[in-house]
Amino acid sequence: MSVLSVRDLEVIYQTQAGPIPAVRGVDLDLDKGEVLGLAGESGCGKSTIVNAILRLLPAGTTVTGEVRLNGEDVLGMRPGRMRAVRWTEASVVFQGAMHALNPVQRIGDQLAEPIIIHGQAGEREAMVRVGALLEQVGLPPRRLKDYPHELSGGQKQRVMIAMALACNPSLIIADEPTTALDVMVQAQVLRLLNDLQRELGLAMLFITHDLSVLVEVCDRLAIMYAGRIVEEGPSQEVFYHPAHPYTEALAAAFPAIGDARFRRKPSGLGGDPPQPDAVPSGCSFHPRCPVAFEPCPDTVPELYPAGDDRRAACLLMRQQAEVSS
Amino acid sequence: MSEPTVATAKRTDMPVLEVRDLHVSFQGRVGIGAGLAGKKATVARAVDGVDLKLHQGEVLALAGESGCGKTTLARTIMGLERPQQGEIVFEGTPLGTSTRLLREYRRRVQMVFQDPTAALNPRQTIYESIAESLRIHGITEQDGMSEEKLVARALSRSGLRPPERFYLLYPHELSGGQRQRVVIAGCLVLEPEIIVADEPVSSLDASVRGEILKLLLGLRDDFGIAMLVVTHDLGLAWTIADRVAVMYLGRIVEVGPAEDVLTRPLHPYTQALLEVVPEVGGLSRPFLTGDAPDPTQIPEGCRFHPRCPEVVSGGAARLGIEDRCRGEDLGLVELRPGHFAACHLAQRILLEGAVPVSPPPDGP
Repeated sequence: MSVLSVRDLEVIYQTQAGPIPAVRGVDLDLDKGEVLGLAGESGCGKSTIVNAILRLLPAGTTVTGEVRLNGEDVLGMRPGRMRAVRWTEASVVFQGAMHALNPVQRIGDQLAEPIIIHGQAGEREAMVRVGALLEQVGLPPRRLKDYPHELSGGQKQRVMIAMALACNPSLIIADEPTTALDVMVQAQVLRLLNDLQRELGLAMLFITHDLSVLVEVCDRLAIMYAGRIVEEGPSQEVFYHPAHPYTEALAAAFPAIGDARFRRKPSGLGGDPPQPDAVPSGCSFHPRCPVAFEPCPDTVPELYPAGDDRRAACLLMRQQAEVSS
Repeated sequence: MSEPTVATAKRTDMPVLEVRDLHVSFQGRVGIGAGLAGKKATVARAVDGVDLKLHQGEVLALAGESGCGKTTLARTIMGLERPQQGEIVFEGTPLGTSTRLLREYRRRVQMVFQDPTAALNPRQTIYESIAESLRIHGITEQDGMSEEKLVARALSRSGLRPPERFYLLYPHELSGGQRQRVVIAGCLVLEPEIIVADEPVSSLDASVRGEILKLLLGLRDDFGIAMLVVTHDLGLAWTIADRVAVMYLGRIVEVGPAEDVLTRPLHPYTQALLEVVPEVGGLSRPFLTGDAPDPTQIPEGCRFHPRCPEVVSGGAARLGIEDRCRGEDLGLVELRPGHFAACHLAQRILLEGAVPVSPPPDGP
């Protein structure tokens, strides 16, 4: 049984300017011990998916489709059950750890809070567990007496990771966990997440715009564009041999040093990612696509097979399949 | 506007900009009580003796961790911070305190900031934003072109075409990439010799970055503008830079042609920075631990020695230079043609012919 299963998820924000579809039919599957990377640019809907999975979206937002966490239907859960599920079954490491901690509370107390609230331990026992958690993320347990301002950015992010682990969830969602961190610290935090994930057999959904980070930590990659998944497959395959032209452009933004193809040759796409309220017709990528052909403006592509265990939402894939059959 | 009065002789060997032994430090604050008790304010030596040359039409990337002083160096070059020591030489003329010279300099050296949304006035139209640069410098016409023509030319050179369409728009009506183009147009309208770009694409969407980098490289090719690009992203340096300078704790520790520095680095710090560039298998490699560097407490000797893998692993001791690493501050030495590094170990190996990184010996 998969830890997380998302079927045909659609999220429509209701704003004064009218409904804005942010996620337009997304399927995801995540098994125990698996790391799935979700990549895309700002506004593509990746953070909306996180919020939809844990039902953190603003009231009045229309969410349809199905989200199952360890087999249980999330969208239909009662509020009490939902509160219990957050932290104990799925927790989030948010971006910007700098601002996620309460500045006037010792980190030990902040870490103990979810453990106590969820009734997993009494106060004294919780503090013991907090010490162990800190050790697990590579901080000396005595730091639990510290306030957030006494920690560096990387240490704060470690505390956030410890907090996500506090109630032994089976799924961790990491939403841009290293974005605001320095390169050296980023590498340390990534290694920590990777080690913990393996050690504890966690399922992890890893979200970022930095494709090169995902290749390092993920088993599989899903690339999003304008509210839809446009390519999906084993991470190295997707990164090094992209099937969708958008993935190719995204991968080129993170060049390999030493690779002569990128030397003095910056490559990018013309135009800008579409606004969610003005998504182009047909394949939403077609106005920026270097290889678009006649059917693209009118035909909405599905995810077509694109090699072993891979799928891509590009009409070229359909055409290739038709030619070969 | 009359012809530039600064030395205009442009010899290719003369750098368009030179920084000599530049020092910039910031004083911490001390409370009154602590001050009376004799406590001294801590001093952060953000830029601690930097020498740097930028040639005409050259793209120089300045890389390093956050807190290494790269942004302070860029800001000092722009005249936004005052150096305690050292000088900035523009086209052979040291910038002193002459107002006339400084005004001239400020027109010909322009800056592109990291976040175009913060760099543009939200209540000013695009036309006003760009024309303001001209007005500040008192330029009403140039090359026989009126203000409007100059603005239009700058916009279209930045890839915003047709320019008239953008005149009356406000920054919030543009995408991130377009805003950065407006910022670049604001620089171009003054026809600078040098553009200092501080992380010019890191706030932009990945698919848009390439186009902005293309634009910057095009400006170099078309107008011979020299560029100092401050970045933490070595992949970006690989994509656009001719030379790369790596900064650590206020000092440049390695500088040279981009190919050399990025594929055959000499300094252990550069090697460590390259190790953490994400790629497959990267998580299994060793990388630097230890505290992030603190510019208020710069170590004795080689400033990198407390974190240096060569010192920690005993590689330096085996070559008999550990004392030098710990006790002897050193400057940049040319170890390969045009490739300089400030490292005792690299100097010992390349200059004194020591056996490179010997394996642990069997005996003592």
